Amino acid sequence: MSPVLELDGITKRFGALTANDQVSLTLGQGEILALLGENGAGKTTLMNILFGHYAADAGTVRVFGQELPSGRPRAAIDAGVGMVHQHFTLAGNLTVLDNIMLGSESLLRTTSSRKSARKKLLQIAERFGLPVSPDAKVSRLSVGERQRVEILKALYRDARILILDEPTAVLARPEAQRLFETLKEMTKEGLSLIFISHKLHEVMAASDRVSVLRGGRLVAERKTADTSAEELAELMVGRKVERPVRKDHKIGAPVLVAKSVRVEAEGEVKLDDLSFTVAAGEILGIVGVSGNGQASLGALLSGLAIPTAGTLTLEGQDVRRLGPRGVIRAGVGRIPEDRHSEGVVGELAVWENAVLERLRTPAFSTRGFVRQAASKAYAAGLIDQFDIRGAAPDTRTRLLAGGNMQKLILGRCLSISPKLLLANQPTRGLDEGAIAAVHSALLAARGAGAAIVLISEELEEAVALSDRIQAMVKGRLSHPIPASAADPQRLGLMMAGVWTEGEHAT
Amino acid sequence: MRLERRAHVPLYLVIVAPVVAVTVALILAAGLIAAAGVNPLTAYAEMVQGAFGSRLSMTETLTRATPLILTGLAAAIAFRARLWNIGGEGQFFMGALVTAWVGHSLGLPPVPGIAVLLVIGMAAGAVLLAGPAYLRLRFGVDEVVTTLLLNFIVILFVGLMVEGPLRDPMAFGWPSSVPVDSDFRLPDLIARTRLHIGFLIAIAAAGGVWLILARTVFGTETRAVGLSPSAASFAGISLPKNLMAVALFSGGMAGLAGSMEVLGVTAVVTTTMSPGFGYAGIVVAMLAALHPAGVVAAAVFVATVFVGADAMSRATGVPSFIADVIVALCLLTMLVALLFTTYRVQR
Repeated sequence: MSPVLELDGITKRFGALTANDQVSLTLGQGEILALLGENGAGKTTLMNILFGHYAADAGTVRVFGQELPSGRPRAAIDAGVGMVHQHFTLAGNLTVLDNIMLGSESLLRTTSSRKSARKKLLQIAERFGLPVSPDAKVSRLSVGERQRVEILKALYRDARILILDEPTAVLARPEAQRLFETLKEMTKEGLSLIFISHKLHEVMAASDRVSVLRGGRLVAERKTADTSAEELAELMVGRKVERPVRKDHKIGAPVLVAKSVRVEAEGEVKLDDLSFTVAAGEILGIVGVSGNGQASLGALLSGLAIPTAGTLTLEGQDVRRLGPRGVIRAGVGRIPEDRHSEGVVGELAVWENAVLERLRTPAFSTRGFVRQAASKAYAAGLIDQFDIRGAAPDTRTRLLAGGNMQKLILGRCLSISPKLLLANQPTRGLDEGAIAAVHSALLAARGAGAAIVLISEELEEAVALSDRIQAMVKGRLSHPIPASAADPQRLGLMMAGVWTEGEHAT
Repeated sequence: MRLERRAHVPLYLVIVAPVVAVTVALILAAGLIAAAGVNPLTAYAEMVQGAFGSRLSMTETLTRATPLILTGLAAAIAFRARLWNIGGEGQFFMGALVTAWVGHSLGLPPVPGIAVLLVIGMAAGAVLLAGPAYLRLRFGVDEVVTTLLLNFIVILFVGLMVEGPLRDPMAFGWPSSVPVDSDFRLPDLIARTRLHIGFLIAIAAAGGVWLILARTVFGTETRAVGLSPSAASFAGISLPKNLMAVALFSGGMAGLAGSMEVLGVTAVVTTTMSPGFGYAGIVVAMLAALHPAGVVAAAVFVATVFVGADAMSRATGVPSFIADVIVALCLLTMLVALLFTTYRVQR
């Protein structure tokens, strides 16, 4: 295989931080290279340099033997490099065809060649096995379809090297599998691919070769056939990481009881006929494909959504209309799905975020004034107890790495010994070390007698942590099964909505 | 070239940014002054002389700064919570109108009378902003449009009142309201100047606003709402209640500015009593990066431009409209400067 892409000795510093240190990579014609590394290992920086978004401090990028001028995205596109970002860059109010043509035509031309563009798009779609309807509005497409549009956008610009940044982060597992099949097909058409990931199983399943980045350095290169998930995990983290294991223990009385709950928002039924029970010291796992009502369930238990029918009681008390503040006061700890937009205010200090939920309690304010000393001491305690690294009480919260931000949110929830803990996608986007820390914190809370609702799209996580599991499909819940009975096939059927209504009981 | 978010904004940048912005604005305005046939350096020297050259001019500058501090605070408070209150001008006039109206025939001793008049001036400004805030909360009406347009409605209403029911028959045909009872005039801070104790009240208000924003539950919640409404709401902060409280607070400050201008300077309300205090307050707030201490400094600067430009105009013949140009340029250059404090240019 002749290399189509060579990165040689790439170094990039941001102030004191060296994001990439002498990284060299090659990509062969028709190859799928996985770039594996934890968050902050420098994967995205490296790809941004390749794509000209950043200028490297040292090193060269060659595409098809030609050296690229640094810091010019246009040059990379012209040389045949396309990038599919983790967060899509599509305009929802435009059609697929419009999105694909966007930016590929000169602003100064007065006529738009929609006809030939449509023809070219359909040809590409056909050739690479990526079916689309050019006139569909992007806002009406599913996440998987949008990603397809992103890929087509790159191919439309004649990309022969495609870089995908965490392509499965937003996809459900079947969609992810389909994506990888498509990618394999695409290499047969002469494309070469790099995909960035921190998920071992998909690296093992989909790549020909793996390059592992850690702390900005390239620490290993392996042929996928010659390595194992265990070896890669160790290379990626730099040490052996073991996730904690759930031990059986006695489960207490029911804490949260939901009966036939219905939630409507924006004129749509979001949750319907929802019944479940969580007991003290129990973790109830809610699994399901993304977008089946998990966000609404999270909102319901956070106090942000009010049910239109049914009952919801916490230790016998009606908690339907308490609102977020009332729910917190009733003893519910909440880990939101999106820690950046809901969990913390990034521009506030760590201590302010630590107390924000309970600012109006006597512990943190008197007569309307914030008790700063007490609040900071409390935050310092959380930092210490939950091993929140890189943080002092006065640190801007947005400077924390994802795992540490999550530990701050966890710490804030757990420090009040909640009766009920809502953990909505608690490990999304975290690296292995942080996942292990979050898991042990959840299990410790379970040991301390909290009732925990774990909403997760990671099946391994749900099975490893939960005592019982229910699947969520189109806003409804399956009957619960014990985790011991949860094999992948059964869970797969449950998540596809196959369960008998007779079993539908709590 | 691209912009990268700074991990940390150093304090020196926060201070340097407005200085650079003002310098650039003055350089740009120098072009216009030169076009009017005057050496810009001479013009600016006249300006500084006019604003600070004598005891009288200094007190005059501080007198001008007084309402600007308050309208600047009004904008800063609202912008912190992302309530885009462009209606400082209208709230200023509302406070002034109500104060002159009630103050003409209020049967109270001086000190409680002044207190009552200041409070109702604040209330008038607050109520005027409560309307747009309610419309935004209830129907999602853009408050930029409603507050801006209310300015014209209020000023026309003031015109109606001073031509009609509130007209002063002793004003020789000038459209002016009846004067407030002389008992309620704010005492002078320095004898035989126009500087009144309202200046101290404005400084105290800036201190109070700082204390409230930095140290109280309400202030912390307001900052959280302004920075991330979704996270604030998740943490149990009621966005509508907070927004309404911010609106009342902000409108109150602008209303207080109008009220004090009547009690301290003009004694009457006229449609020409403000050279754009409400709008200039927006510039003041931006130059101050929404910080209350910065508001005081920025207000003094803008007052310098206003007062100095009049003197410069008399001495050199450059139209005094140059003051409005300079203030407007400052807003534009400050917006660019703010971009560079938040982001770093990366090649």
